Amino acid sequence: MAERKIRVLVAKPGLDGHDRGAKVIARALRDSGMEVIYTGLRQTPEKIVSAVVQEDVDALLMSILSGAHDYLFPRVMELLREKGVRDLLVLGGGVIPEEDIPSLKGLGIAAVFGPGTSTETIVQYVRENVKL
Amino acid sequence: MDEKEISKEKKSWQARCLKKPPERTESTSGMELDVLYTPAELPDFDYLQNLGYPGEYPFTRGIQPTMYRGRVWSMRQYSGFATAEESNRRYKFLLEQGQTGLSVAFDLPTQIGYDSDHPISQGEVGKVGVAIDSLADMEVLLEGIPLDKVSTSMTINATAPILMAMYIAVAEKQGVKPADLRGTIQNDVLKEYVARGTYIFPPQPSMRLITNIFEYCSREVPQWNTISVGAYHLREAGSTAAQEVAFAFSIAIAYLEAGVKAGLDIDNFAPRLSWIFNTHINFLEEVAKFRAARRLWARIMKERLRSKDPRSWMLRFHTQTGGCTLTAQQPLNNLIRTTFQAMAAVLGGCQSLAVCSYDEALALPTEESVRLSLRTQQIIAHESGVVDTVDPLGGSYYLETMTDEIEKRAMEYIEKIDRLGGAVAAIEKGYIQQEIQESSYRYQKELETGKRTWVGVNKYEVKEPPLKGLLKVDPRVRDVQVKRLAGLRATRNQKRVDESLQKLREVAKKDGNLMIPILDCVRVYGTLGEICDILRSVFGEYEPIVTV
Repeated sequence: MAERKIRVLVAKPGLDGHDRGAKVIARALRDSGMEVIYTGLRQTPEKIVSAVVQEDVDALLMSILSGAHDYLFPRVMELLREKGVRDLLVLGGGVIPEEDIPSLKGLGIAAVFGPGTSTETIVQYVRENVKL
Repeated sequence: MDEKEISKEKKSWQARCLKKPPERTESTSGMELDVLYTPAELPDFDYLQNLGYPGEYPFTRGIQPTMYRGRVWSMRQYSGFATAEESNRRYKFLLEQGQTGLSVAFDLPTQIGYDSDHPISQGEVGKVGVAIDSLADMEVLLEGIPLDKVSTSMTINATAPILMAMYIAVAEKQGVKPADLRGTIQNDVLKEYVARGTYIFPPQPSMRLITNIFEYCSREVPQWNTISVGAYHLREAGSTAAQEVAFAFSIAIAYLEAGVKAGLDIDNFAPRLSWIFNTHINFLEEVAKFRAARRLWARIMKERLRSKDPRSWMLRFHTQTGGCTLTAQQPLNNLIRTTFQAMAAVLGGCQSLAVCSYDEALALPTEESVRLSLRTQQIIAHESGVVDTVDPLGGSYYLETMTDEIEKRAMEYIEKIDRLGGAVAAIEKGYIQQEIQESSYRYQKELETGKRTWVGVNKYEVKEPPLKGLLKVDPRVRDVQVKRLAGLRATRNQKRVDESLQKLREVAKKDGNLMIPILDCVRVYGTLGEICDILRSVFGEYEPIVTV
């Protein structure tokens, strides 16, 4: 039997409208053989978590360039816990200062990728770290 | 010597001097480039037709006869963060340092029509710009800045009528007449559906708000640039140089046609149209882009839109260096990038310029980094000598060939969009979005395969510690704004607010000019969120189409 395809949700939490990066990553993940859903802009944490549950994804990739990650990432993680979502690989990306990364990792965000990261790196990271 | 002979000689030179044909090379935007340019590449070149004289049709060489010999461009760094107090301090600092105009960045809730105390604003207040909830904040933002002397550009789109109204109201309090105000609002919602994403309403009511501003300001604030068409953001989203020009032009044509359809004389409002372009990383391609854009726009205005006033034919533009070209790696390298980008903007004939700061791939600029951006402009203006003569690169075989090529490619795109039914239809079909995504993905792949070098990112990398001293917006800004809003709501004359909001609703449901009721709401301290709630309830909200 063929191996099950990895399912990924690429999400834009908050009001930030910059999604060039999110779209490029969504496409690169898809080209690598994964099933990718892109939420579009302006997603509340509630909407993102409900999409994670409904779509039964293996990984959630969130991109924020506005600096609102300090509120929105923790809020998403809190809601995931409340919903009892387990075994989900959560990654962050965008303009995230180095000093913010340890506390985000402490919340369960596996890795944070900044500007200049290659899509190759992200594809490989997802492949190696999802729990199927 | 004629072109045929030069062409023959070029071939013979290649045979004599080149052992093998040079490797195929493309510009940043994917244009194939010859190793050498000669008059042979410009067989139909006609100086008077193609270039002419600056200050005259087709304006290829510049929109003013003497360009920077008369006056250098406006130096206008895009800034704003946290509260109105902090941003006001930054503006005064920049003016003291020799900046010649203001450029206001608003936070996302202000741009999308929510007050700071709305749940959706959590995490976003004061982050990418200043938080403005009501006229009270705007009064603080502009405190001590003489609005009859300083011109102000505001990057504001869906909520442009409200911020414009607040600006007028502050001016009135300073005793400055609207007729004496100079500045710009971006007011370009169509590109927000494609890139940047700060839309609120569907296209039809958005077009109404935009034409309402054209109409109101042509009467009351005649020196104001009522729109700044955002080519910049289309490029940031991944467009090529030709796409940047073409998509922005198609969008501008849609606005102008909407204005004419609403009964305005094109030459009454088209002279107040301005632009913001990107300056990407390829120096000569960018210079050529600006020259091509200027000529093509003059031709479109005169021939297609049949405008008669030469002021309507002039492409007056602001430039910001491309944010997407900056690197988080070895950030000081960005100083070198932005210096020649700024030089390209100047050699391309910009009217106004903002230079990105070296730390902007990581955060909003600090005082130190933004001062360096301003100094970059001042050194180019006062030391480099490029301002001494108009369009000094004009006549270069390469530059003229590239100028022709960009104009041709842009025109092909505009015709394609016309066939789709114009910019609004092309956006609703997702065509422009998909074309941009294709270019963006191709560019990314070129970086990742090493076809394109990005210094410090895919070559010449070093291990380095994180940059220290970045600007960080205090998350307590939201608390400050929430408290201020509560105070405002407790002390203002609520009856007058309710009445003016009710009036706004009535006008919104019919077809009057919305600027007048919005001004009334603003004057009695109705908040941005309250005004937008009314408009949202009447107009509905835009449902984006998601394309990947």
